[in-house]
Amino acid sequence: MAELSKTDQVEDLHLVNLTKRFGEVAAVDDLTLTIPAGSFFALLGASGCGKTTTLRMVAGLEDPTSGSIRIGDKDVTRLRAFKRPVNTVFQSYALFPHLDIFENVAFGLRRRGVKNIKPIVEAMLELVELGHLARRKPTQLSGGQQQRVAVARALINKPDVLLLDEPLGALDLKLRRQMQIELKRIQTEVGTTFVHVTHDQEEAMTMADTIAVMNAGRIEQMGSPAEIYELPRTVFVANFLGQSNLIEGRVSGAGEMLDVAAHERSFRLPRERSSATGASIILGVRPEKMTVLDAPDAARVPEGHNVLSGRVTDVSYTGVSTQYLVQASWGQELVVFEQNLIVGDRCEVGDEVVVHWSPRHSFGLDGNEDIHAGVDSAVLALESVDSAPAAGDGE
Amino acid sequence: MAPVLPSAAVAPPSTVAQRRSRTGYVLLFPGMTWLAVFFAIPFVTLFVTSLQTPVPGKSGRYQLGLEFGNYATALAEYWPAFVRSFAYAGIATLLALIIGYPLAYFIAFRSGRWRGLMLVLVIAPSFASFLLRTYAWKTILADESPVTSFFNALHLLPDGRILNTSIAVIAGLTYNFLPFMVLPLYAALERIDPRLIEAANDLYASPVTAFRKITWPLSMPGVVAGTLLTFIPAAGDYINAELLGSTKDRMVGNAIQTNFIEFRDYPTASALSFALMAAILILVFTYIRRAGTEDLV
Ligand SMILES: Nc1ncnc2c1ncn2[C@@H]1O[C@H](COP(=O)(O)OP(=O)(O)O)[C@@H](O)[C@H]1O
Ligand SMILES: [Mg+2]
Repeated sequence: MAELSKTDQVEDLHLVNLTKRFGEVAAVDDLTLTIPAGSFFALLGASGCGKTTTLRMVAGLEDPTSGSIRIGDKDVTRLRAFKRPVNTVFQSYALFPHLDIFENVAFGLRRRGVKNIKPIVEAMLELVELGHLARRKPTQLSGGQQQRVAVARALINKPDVLLLDEPLGALDLKLRRQMQIELKRIQTEVGTTFVHVTHDQEEAMTMADTIAVMNAGRIEQMGSPAEIYELPRTVFVANFLGQSNLIEGRVSGAGEMLDVAAHERSFRLPRERSSATGASIILGVRPEKMTVLDAPDAARVPEGHNVLSGRVTDVSYTGVSTQYLVQASWGQELVVFEQNLIVGDRCEVGDEVVVHWSPRHSFGLDGNEDIHAGVDSAVLALESVDSAPAAGDGE
Repeated sequence: MAPVLPSAAVAPPSTVAQRRSRTGYVLLFPGMTWLAVFFAIPFVTLFVTSLQTPVPGKSGRYQLGLEFGNYATALAEYWPAFVRSFAYAGIATLLALIIGYPLAYFIAFRSGRWRGLMLVLVIAPSFASFLLRTYAWKTILADESPVTSFFNALHLLPDGRILNTSIAVIAGLTYNFLPFMVLPLYAALERIDPRLIEAANDLYASPVTAFRKITWPLSMPGVVAGTLLTFIPAAGDYINAELLGSTKDRMVGNAIQTNFIEFRDYPTASALSFALMAAILILVFTYIRRAGTEDLV
């Protein structure tokens, strides 16, 4: 295992003003991004937002229209693909069908003239638990096994950066969950920087240290999964990553707490949780942060909480939680997830209720944004997750 | 993920299997009949003819016999034609591969929206008759033609001419059978996923190495099919040698034709045909063994 010990030294990957145009379309639009050395980094975005194009530019398979790519302080923008210290796990695996598993994995080492590769390849095959299949051809392997060969084939070269383009997209749900854990384990073991592209937000959240949410060729927001989820900075992120209730209003107040006037009500929000610049604001809150109470119990709302009243229009019990649809007094439908802590005594369709949440769970977004941004993308992403196994080889 | 057919679940498996195999025979029938009428019967006739003996006193008449000596006599007289057949066909096949591979590669990977047109252009000459095309080469390679003058200016021609030399025969064979090389090559190359080449580049293979390690081995089925489809008809051809070569360039095909049409020596012609067929078969089998792609062809 000595050869597989932590990569000697890892360097940050810098993308600077990276742009790629295909004719009129800017597939990647002025992207600036630093990916910390040794991190598990997820590039998350809906299909067609430019994730693959970004990876291909880093790999050297696509020339940027403008901008530069650096690894540490080495500029690799003009370096040909076969000279870059970067390896890719392709979306469709792209295993060499005429070579057996051993030779597939050994391919990179052989090209670089590494001596005595047998123990290195064998150790790598052990790492991905495929030692016993070394002499099989790729077509004789299952999807999950092929996927691991693709990872092994790239990782054995100890690249500065490992690029993974939707590596789990073609696997069924159960296998996908299993491989997520597997990949995470491998990354921890080797310490290489992983850049993982996915449209599956759950996958990004469970695996990555850092997520960059990408939309239309740009980065919307970057941070740890919790940061991004708890404090979205754009409407797209709020809608694409999980669900959000978004209420349009106008902001006032000068202190630590902002007052948001919306639909003849007033809500409060800590100043540092707002990214609104003007007077118009979109107030957001995640469904599981809200609590539903029967209207007569309104007195139980804690002091200082944001409150609104409405009527329950749908209740679905999902075991872990109960999901309510509440129509607010001004007609907007809000989603509320409630943990099933109470026995019996659940609200029913038609009940008049009050919904409350702590101001610390509110977030403020720029009121000039389209309040539906990212909703369709999130739905599309979910649909493509569901249809992935049926689609077979994916895109 | 084999779908379970409801009928299979109801009917006992053996009945289903029987019905299926009977359907198989019915479907095989037209093909088998065709093979029997147009291959097996002529094959046997040819072999029987090759062993016939002359009817004494009646020239041009033969009777049933077991004259294996026909083979010895034929080969003793015509072995140089055999050697030439295989040499010319071999060189023409190699040339067709050298010319055809880059062409097929270009059409498969680089032609973009011109792909269809280029494929039509490859096949287009076949719309004119084989004979006509070969006659055209007679003009192209004639003594005073620009082609001949060009090579003469470079002092590249030992005899000072191309027509009626082995060069002309090989050129004609290469030209005439080129589409048989290009099409299978194209089909094999076109099936190669370009992402495999990108993956090779990603794994430190330069474009040349990626070609050697990925593209070439993956195109092997096309190379094997193309060389066979070129070599086999080229080895049996007689028109190119007839029209473009001299009497010193005769191939087995010419010998068979002369014996059959001119001398009416059917046993010799049949023996030559049969020997040629056997030789090609042996060669093809060794070749496929060597190429190690029996399962791919
Ligand atoms: N080779 C290409 N030629 C033209 N347009 C392309 C090409 N590759 C990608 N695009 C376009 O660029 C955009 C981003 O594509 P891609 O990077 O593949 O997205 P993703 O991987 O996020 O699904 C899409 O609109 C796509 O149609
Ligand atoms: Mg993609």
